[in-house]
Order: sequence, then structure tokens, then C-alpha cells
Amino acid sequence: MKYLDYAVAAAKIRKLTIRALADFGYGHIGGSMSVCDLYGVLYSGVLNIDSKNPNKIDRDWVVMSKGHSGPALYSALAYAGFFPISDLKTLNANATNLPSHCDRLKTCGIDLSTGSLGQGISLGMGAALGNKLQGIDSYTYIILGDGELQEGQIWEGVQFAAHHRLDNVIIFIDNNHKQLDGTIEEVCRQFDLAMKFSAFGWEAIRIDGHNTDSIYEAILQAKENNGPVVIIMDTIKGQGCSFAELVAFNHYMIISQEMSEEACKEIDRRLETQL
Amino acid sequence: MNKIICDEFLLDTIEMREAYCNALIAEAKKNDKIYDIEVDVQSSMGTKAFKDIFPNRSINCGIMEAHAIGLCAGMSATGLIPFFHAFGVFASRRVYDQVFLFCAYQDLNVKIIGGDSGINATANGGTHMPFEDVGIMRNIPNITIVEPADSAILETLVATMANTYGNFYVRSSRKKGVKIYTENTKFEIGKANTLTEGKDVAIIASGLLVHQALLAERILRIEGITCRVIDMHTIKPIDKDTIIKAAIECGAIVTAENHNIINGLGSAVAEVVVENILVPVERIGVNDEFGQVGTLEYLMEIYKLRAQDICEKVRECIRRKRL
Repeated sequence: MKYLDYAVAAAKIRKLTIRALADFGYGHIGGSMSVCDLYGVLYSGVLNIDSKNPNKIDRDWVVMSKGHSGPALYSALAYAGFFPISDLKTLNANATNLPSHCDRLKTCGIDLSTGSLGQGISLGMGAALGNKLQGIDSYTYIILGDGELQEGQIWEGVQFAAHHRLDNVIIFIDNNHKQLDGTIEEVCRQFDLAMKFSAFGWEAIRIDGHNTDSIYEAILQAKENNGPVVIIMDTIKGQGCSFAELVAFNHYMIISQEMSEEACKEIDRRLETQL
Repeated sequence: MNKIICDEFLLDTIEMREAYCNALIAEAKKNDKIYDIEVDVQSSMGTKAFKDIFPNRSINCGIMEAHAIGLCAGMSATGLIPFFHAFGVFASRRVYDQVFLFCAYQDLNVKIIGGDSGINATANGGTHMPFEDVGIMRNIPNITIVEPADSAILETLVATMANTYGNFYVRSSRKKGVKIYTENTKFEIGKANTLTEGKDVAIIASGLLVHQALLAERILRIEGITCRVIDMHTIKPIDKDTIIKAAIECGAIVTAENHNIINGLGSAVAEVVVENILVPVERIGVNDEFGQVGTLEYLMEIYKLRAQDICEKVRECIRRKRL
């Protein structure tokens, strides 16, 4: 690994996430685990953000369109100092500030609320366009699930951004090949993702979404482009938790403390082999 | 009572869309945060003049209403004030989930103008004729719903929206209606305008039906029935005080709206009445039917939205009051 900090951060975020889910007893583990490496990179210095000034005017924006993966984003925000790590224990508890799906009015560091799939793309583009129109130098990072690409509104946004040459938007696709009812292949095939985005006038980059070096380098490459860029991250739903990786249906699981601790040890072991 | 309505009901001096565009331009000159978001109905809605003056502040998304509402919400999160307009069905039913989750749920700041409300869609017919927009929008928390009766109130409304944080749904029309208000009438969002002082019945109307209510008042006056005509331009939040006062002082209420009688103005008024002071209420509106093509006059007749239909309901309401 060239950029060790990112891999270390990703492992920390992954462990915080699995522990938060285990503390509540169940939750969206599959899609949370598959984006932890991306958050390890974004929240270790790539994003222009300030946890002490979360609304600073020229900040980069993050829109987690697959809002059910909120637990991973909350762990990243806690890791980055937006709120105490101990708050993660309140995930999904009554009156919590950390609900299952991301809520801008409840959670420090969440820029826009998401959860209804296929819609975060429009919000993110609004933020990107709003910042651009006001001459604010910032990027908006939108994270989409591969399943939610089945929603039609996604493609409205994709066409809009290309037509308006939105060069301050980077989309990540968490291409973990599964959706709630099964594999993407079984439920509704996506066909050639990169070709679809290319046909809409986007630059498409395809990487291993669990390789933090690749993620970082893809972001650098995306910023060189003068139009919208999609980074298709091939990922594994449940990555890092052996018990989840092995289960076909891992969108949502019951997680015991024992499973959580075993997963954390596995995450540490894998990190050591990476380093 | 200050005189705020015209003596004669003549065609408005200006089209509603022109009034909207003029007011938006006036506000945009004062506030560089204001943007016009288009979905390929610039020509129909008459906002080209805005684009001519502010080419960089008019953004056409193409035919993407759902995306456009999300775009507006995201833009407003960065501090801009987007005004979105489309025909009523596309500004409400088509984008309901988006308005709910993007705008209201996130407490953002988007102004939505639905043109061609109800039978104003005339020749576009049933696919373009919203009789349910107030009904569905009323179920969204954190949104203000306004239905202007003429261009004067629409112009005031645009200024108010530009200067008031929050989400608005405006139920308007595109073409010339009847001029109701005298120049310089003051409007306050959430505060109904009482247009005539009557004691026998209150006719609470909105939008297109305000004119019909005023005509009904004149007919009934000849019969010795005095009507208090109220323009309930703000349907949410509804002006409870004015409704309760009318119920107490008139003892009977007829509502009149260019909308399904289910869950529109009539329902909103009835909710206030049953929770506060029980008086007979009769509702004029579309009786749970779909739209169709036709002239305004034809549609008013078949959906029973005319002054004479209001008069019948008033007589019925007074009969119930005396039981």
C-alpha cells in the first residue's frame, strides 16, 4: 500500500460500524461494510471539511444516496471528529441523532437527507450546481448503490450533469452486486455500467472498491477531468465481516456482540496483511 | 371595512403567467440568490422574459420534474432560492415524493408554482387537470399552500415567497382571469381576505371560484340573503380565526373550490368547523371525478362550479341552519 493512512482509517471505520450495528442488535450491515474503504479515504484528508465548522461555506459535500448505509457514514463522521465516537452507541435508539437513514437535520456532518433510493443524485447535483453558481470551489461526492441504479430518476440526473458539464461532481457506485431480494443479475441486470455512463457523456473509471490506494488515485484522476466522473467501485457486500460475506442475504442482519468482536479481529488481521 | 374588491368584474389587466414572471424578475433584481428552474415549459408558462434578463439564472432541466425538484432542494441547501414551475399535475402529483422528502422533510427552501390548476387546464384535458393537488400537498408537513384569485395577489405572493424561508406550493393559472382586487390591496399569507360583509352565510372560496362566489353574493342579495364572501387564498396553514368568526356570526358556511371536494379547501374548512363550532357546511367542488377537455365555461357548468350552483348550496345551507 502506498497510502497506509487510508487503509488504517478504513479499518477503524469498519470496526466502529460493526460495533454500532451489534450494539443495536441488527441493521444494514452488507451495504455499510462495502463502502467503508471509500470513507476511509474521503474522511482522512481528501474531503475539504472541518468538524469544528461543519457548515463552512467552501466545504466539500457528501450525499449518501444509498441512505441505508448511514451507519458507515456515521462511523466515518465520528472518526473525523464531528461528534464523539461514544454517540455511535445510540444508532437507531429512540430519539437518536443517528437514524438508520441519513438525516441532515439530526446528524452533524450530514449535508442532505437520503434514504428513498434513486433520489440522492438530484440533491447532490443541486448542491454542486448551487456551489458552482455561487463561485464556491468545492466538490460534491455522491455515493450510489448499484441496486438503486434501477430507479429512473438516477438517469435524469446523469443526463442533466453531462449536459450542464458539472465538473464538481464525482459519483461513486458501490457495485456490490447485490440488492435486497438477491443478486443484481437475478433481480434486474444492470448490463454494462461503464458503457451506460459513457453513453451519457460521463468519464467512467472502474476500480477495486476495497483498495484504498485505487480509490484515492481514482479521485485524483477524476479531478483532472472537466466534466462529471463516475468511479465504479467493485465491492463485496459485507466486506470485512466473514460471517456477512458468506451469507447470500446480508442486506440486513442480526449481529451479536460475539460476531462483532470476531469480525473486528478479522478486520485487523486483513489490515496487517495489507500493510 | 376598507374596499378591496373592484366594483365591476372585468378581465384582469394582465395574464397570470405574465404577473408571475414580472414579479419574479422584480425580486430577482433585488436578490441574486433567486433562480428560475425550468422543465421545458418556459414557453407555456411565460418565463422567457426572466431568461432574457438573467440568462445564467434560468436553468432548464428538460422534461425531468422529479430530478428538478431534487436539484432545487440541493440548490436551496447551498443558500439559493429556486423557483420551480410546471403545469399543476407535474408540480404536485408527478413530484410528490420529491417534494415530500427533498423539500419539506429536509426543511429546505423551494418555491413550487403549479399552473393550470383544476379546470384552468381546459383543452389539455384529464391528464393535465389537477383536482387533487391541494389534497395531496396538504398532507405534507412544513409546506405552505396558496391559491391566488387574481394577478394582484399572485404578484404579492411571489415577493412574500422570495422573502420567507420555507417551501411553498402555489396553485395558479396561466391565462387572464377576472380582476378581483383593487390596486394596492394588502395580502398576508395565512390571513384570509373578507370581501363582503354578510350575516346569513359565509362563502369561503379560493382561486377561480372567488369570482363565482362574489357573483353568487350579488344574486343572493336580491333574494334578501346577505353573504360574507371570504377569499381563503392560503389553504395551509388555514386561517382558523376567520373561519370560526364566520361560523359564529353567519351560522352557515359554503365552500367553493376548483378542486375535488375531497381533502381540498372544503375539507380544510370543515375540519376547523367540527373541531370548534358546529354549523352547517356545504361544499362546492368537483365531485370526485376526473378532468376532461372543454372550455372554462363548459367545465364550470358540468362540474357545477358556477355562481348559480353556489347559490343553490347557500339556500340549502340556510335551510339546514334553520332546522
